[in-house]
Amino acid sequence: MLEVKNIYKTFNPGTVNEKLALNGLSLTLADRDFVTVIGGNGAGKSTLLNAIAGTWPVDEGQIVIDGKDVTKLSEHKRAGFLGRVFQDPMNGTAATMGIEENLALALRRGHRRTLKQGISGSERKLYRDLLAKLNLGLENRLTSKVGLLSGGQRQALTLLMATLEKPKLLLLDEHTAALDPKTAAKVLETTENIVNQDHLTTLMITHNMKDAIQIGNRLIMMNEGQIIYDVSGEEKKRLTVEDLLHKFAEASGGAFANDRMMLAK
Amino acid sequence: MMSLLNALPGAVAQGLIWGIMAIGVYITFRVLDIADLTVDGSLCTGGAVCIMLMLGGQNVWVAMLGAVLAGMLTGLSTGLFHTFMGIPAILSGILTQLGLYSINLKIMGKANQAINVDKFDLLVSLRFIKNVPLYKNTIPIVALTIVILILFLYWFFGTELGCSLRATGCNDKMARAQGINTDFNRVLGLMISNGLVALSGALLAQYQGFADINMGRGAIVIGLAAVIIGEAVFGRVFRNFGFRLLGVALGSIIYYLVLQFVIWMGIDTDLLKLLSAVVVAIFLAIPTWKSRYFSKPVKRGGKG
Repeated sequence: MLEVKNIYKTFNPGTVNEKLALNGLSLTLADRDFVTVIGGNGAGKSTLLNAIAGTWPVDEGQIVIDGKDVTKLSEHKRAGFLGRVFQDPMNGTAATMGIEENLALALRRGHRRTLKQGISGSERKLYRDLLAKLNLGLENRLTSKVGLLSGGQRQALTLLMATLEKPKLLLLDEHTAALDPKTAAKVLETTENIVNQDHLTTLMITHNMKDAIQIGNRLIMMNEGQIIYDVSGEEKKRLTVEDLLHKFAEASGGAFANDRMMLAK
Repeated sequence: MMSLLNALPGAVAQGLIWGIMAIGVYITFRVLDIADLTVDGSLCTGGAVCIMLMLGGQNVWVAMLGAVLAGMLTGLSTGLFHTFMGIPAILSGILTQLGLYSINLKIMGKANQAINVDKFDLLVSLRFIKNVPLYKNTIPIVALTIVILILFLYWFFGTELGCSLRATGCNDKMARAQGINTDFNRVLGLMISNGLVALSGALLAQYQGFADINMGRGAIVIGLAAVIIGEAVFGRVFRNFGFRLLGVALGSIIYYLVLQFVIWMGIDTDLLKLLSAVVVAIFLAIPTWKSRYFSKPVKRGGKG
């Protein structure tokens, strides 16, 4: 479904802030893979997702989604293949527009936007049904401005928007990190439901190692712009947080100094 | 007192004409979230093209259509500076505006071109305010134009394309993630906006009987003033997008009525632009001041 071949990305080349963020990374995802991504700060996790999404072009390498080479495609064109949820709940929705308007924008992802009415009457029923499944009471607030929703509600809505038009690949960039634990658990549960129900191929970054182990069928660990550990199936199920910490210490040369990952135990 | 009352219809007519420009400013400033300084130049471009086409023998409708198209080209220029060339929006507008100074001079051949209301069939004029039949009266004509424009814009911003344009201004990261071509939308928005501004310039030139190289100076400030006044006065009543545009047009009328009143009070007219600038600066500062000095402490620990 996804083939990332030997990609490189350097930020601020030629300056003191030069940073090699992706260092010849390759990754292949099978159809319906649900991969969790872990790694320290600056390991290149978000950079990998942004490279796939086309936020900026990569320096070298190739990205193929469902057999189509998208390396040269701009961000909005690639969006037709992708569903994305960001870490910051503010990023995924248009705050000054209504819930139904946001959903209508998402339903047209990958299609030409014409001079037809922005929302058709029959869509509203679909939205109401889908929102009801979220169990957040949003189904009766179709015209409410999204800016009035809580962070958790916005992330759940963004998730719905990302999957409304079934994507080839769902990219989740720490989408529960900004939420309180209870809300985060609920959004995560919704995520699993939607992914299972729609049989989506998913790449999810998380700082929570327990989640990384429990969710999905495959786990990758990143460090300095490369994948240093890739485990799936039964082996992944048997993993413990201690194993991961050990693995990380091993790979990063013994120096384990990432407090966020420590805390996430 | 009579002199003030006599001046009122003129103020309303001017307010309405500038109201069209203010609606254009609203589209960039509020919908697209860009402060577009092109308008200072494109207003004059609209006036100049309209007057020159009419002097060249075209009828008023063709002349105004030409003005709108020329205005859209100025928006295209700013849009390409901003998106294709990656220049910040404000600077893009300033560059176009500066370039337009030369272009406007070339269009007119000199700094000022007059048109005689008796010899040409003008749509609006300061002579058509009193003692003319209703269908020739400038005030209802411009008012009707505004209503038609608002209906058109209301329809457009409700379409798939229009919605994607609103999303672009609200959150461009989200817009791109939803497959929206934000660059294209910005250019399109700037073109629509400056088309309206040029239409306003075309009407203004007819109204005052001439196009002048300086007619657009400070237009952006007047436009912002109208947007701000409209929101301050009607913001709580007009929530629907169409009504908001109407509020902006009404804001423009209020601006010209206040201006007329201040002139009647005997203020030195040299100071008017300074006054406008100060008033707009203060109103623009209000949201910042509100959050910095008057915000109530938010209770923590509510539901997430």
